[in-house]
Formats: sequence, C-alpha cells, structure tokens
Amino acid sequence: MKKKSRRRNTKNLLDRIDQLKTADIGKSNMPSSTQAIYQGLKRAGINFVASVPCINLQELLALVSGDPDIIHLPVTREEEGVGLCAGAWMGGLRPALLMQNSGLGNSINALASLDMLYGIPLLMIISQRGSKGEPVIGQVPMGRITVPLLDAMNISHFSPQPAQAQETVEQAWSLASAGRRPVAVLLDLEFWRGI
Amino acid sequence: MKRIEAIALAVEAAAACGALLVCNIGYPSRELFSVKDRPENFYMLGSMGLASSIGLGLALAQPERKVMVLDGDGSVLMNLGTLATIAHHAPENYLLVILDNCCYGSTGSQPTCTKLGTDLFALAKAAGAKNVREVLRVEELAPALQGPGVVIVKVEEGNADVPIISLLPEEIIERFIRCARLVLPSGKSRP
Repeated sequence: MKKKSRRRNTKNLLDRIDQLKTADIGKSNMPSSTQAIYQGLKRAGINFVASVPCINLQELLALVSGDPDIIHLPVTREEEGVGLCAGAWMGGLRPALLMQNSGLGNSINALASLDMLYGIPLLMIISQRGSKGEPVIGQVPMGRITVPLLDAMNISHFSPQPAQAQETVEQAWSLASAGRRPVAVLLDLEFWRGI
Repeated sequence: MKRIEAIALAVEAAAACGALLVCNIGYPSRELFSVKDRPENFYMLGSMGLASSIGLGLALAQPERKVMVLDGDGSVLMNLGTLATIAHHAPENYLLVILDNCCYGSTGSQPTCTKLGTDLFALAKAAGAKNVREVLRVEELAPALQGPGVVIVKVEEGNADVPIISLLPEEIIERFIRCARLVLPSGKSRP
C-alpha cells in the first residue's frame, strides 16, 4: 500500500472511532449494540482488555483499541487471554476478555484452575454464535453447549437486549469483582442486529 | 546444571531488584518454595501453560515493577502463541525464563519435543522476540538474568526432593497482590 493511501485509511479509521465514541445510543446510525457494550465497559472502569476477534466484535474492538485509557492486547488463543487478564488484575487493573463462544471452550481449564481456584475476577464479553439464525454450521455445536458449560462451572451469565446491555455489563463486572470470579455476558446474533 | 540451581539463582536475582516472580506449576514451584519463599512469588497450582501470560499481564499493569517468569519447555509448548504475543507486546520490565529440561518433569519425565530437537531459542527469535539469550552453563546464568527479554536455560532432567507447597491458593494470592499493588497500576495514557 502506498504511504498516502495508508495515511488516508488511518485517518478514516480514526474518524470512525471518534464518531463511535461520541455517538449516543439509539440516536445515530452507529451500531447501538456495540455502543451499549462499550459504554458498559467504560462505566465499569475496565482498563485492560484481552481479545480474540469475532466478526460481531469488530466495531467494539476498534473502539477499545482507540481508547487511551484501555490497555488492549490481542492474543493468539482465549486461554492466553485468561492468563493475561489474571495477571493484569493482580497488578491492580480491571480486566475484560472479548471473544467468541468458541473461545470459552479453549478457556475452561484456565477459568477453573486459575480464576476460580485463586478467586480472580474476570468479565467475559462473549459473542455467542450458533444461536438462532446462525449461517455457519460449524458454530452450532459450541452454540448448543455454551450455556450448559457455564452452568456446569457455576459461572453467572447474562444475555441482555441492546437497551439493557450497558447496565448489564456494568453489573456483571460488579458481580465479578465483588465475588472474585468470572462472569459472562452472552451476546447472540439477534443482539448484534439490534433486536 | 540442575533446575533447582537455576531456580535458586533466578530467585536471588528477583529478590535483589524486588521483582515479582511468577512460577510454573508442579515441581518448579515446589523447588522455588523450598529454596526461597517470599510473598512476591506467585506459585501456580493449575492452568499449565499460562505462567508467561500471567506475568505479561502483571508487567503491563505494573510498569514500574520488574516481573520475572519461570516457565518450562512443556508449558511453553502448550501455549506457543505466547512467544508471538510477548515478542510484540512485552514491556521493558518483563523477563521470561524458560527452564528447558526436555521433558515433563512433574509427570514422570516423558520427553517433550525439545528432546527431539525443537529449538525454543530459534522459536522465540522467529516469533519476533529481539532480546533472546540461551544459557548452557550455570556461571552464565546470573548475567543472562539481567534485563528484559527471553532466556532459555538448559537444565538437567529430574526433580529435587522437596515437599509440596504448604500454602492455600488464597494465601498465595493475597500476599502476592499486596506486594504487586504497592504502586498504583498504570493506564495506557499514563505519562
């Protein structure tokens, strides 16, 4: 890519991030679902994020990356993110892990034998694939067992609609922090469509 | 060199600069506990593979503190992506020490692929890490532990005859976070 066009692309991205940051929920053409989650993270004081991307998290990841008050680390595997978030919390930060529900499967042992063993809080923002309307067949098996897995692990989980999501995220962190345990917010395909 | 000798030198170096020390699960943590227990030691009792990641999160949260991680060949191979993450995101206060005994020492010394020639030094370099050192002899270790980066230490197979750690998980973490949070954590925008 030529330097000039790269600079233009960077500027477009920064403009987009500014727009997203200033957009009020439901008042603009910006995705209100993303805004609700981002504002919830901000109100909860989340200042450390580890992530593995999902297509439905792309706008949120751009916001988090552009936020000067959040340390954002893209990781290679969700379990690695559980470790990073645990260390960040031990160092005094408020961590969240952004991932797809497939990543929950990759994280089970770490959630149990690190977070739950030592009493380490973690806010998990999970794009839940494999639910109603899922076009990718490979997402269906994990989609079916996401809630049963969380229930088996006694991890509290919430599935808000966009209008309640900001508050839910804030409360989920409060619960994680007070109870010193992982808590999940599940965001399915309908959530991202703003339903 | 024996692994417990390497651990003794590492904890001495950590104590000398007040570093937070995250130690891998199994015999390495037991050996560390018996050589020199200190509240700044975090002993892993589970989550094999995540020592380097826990240490990285700590180092990012506490840029004023040195953070040292004692990891092993088997556990790094379990979380190989960590080398790429560390190569590009580890701060200057982070040191990863991989004690490579070419086997799963805590489960009966089954060989890992480093025994067959997998080269962790080359892997760390190829992942993009800039400051990678390899230590073969005990007298080379203390200088190699100075400064940030990744140090691969070749150690002998076998465990010292040491007892299990007599602390509960909550005791390990409570005293550790009291030490780790002596300084307020950093935000990204901190000057």
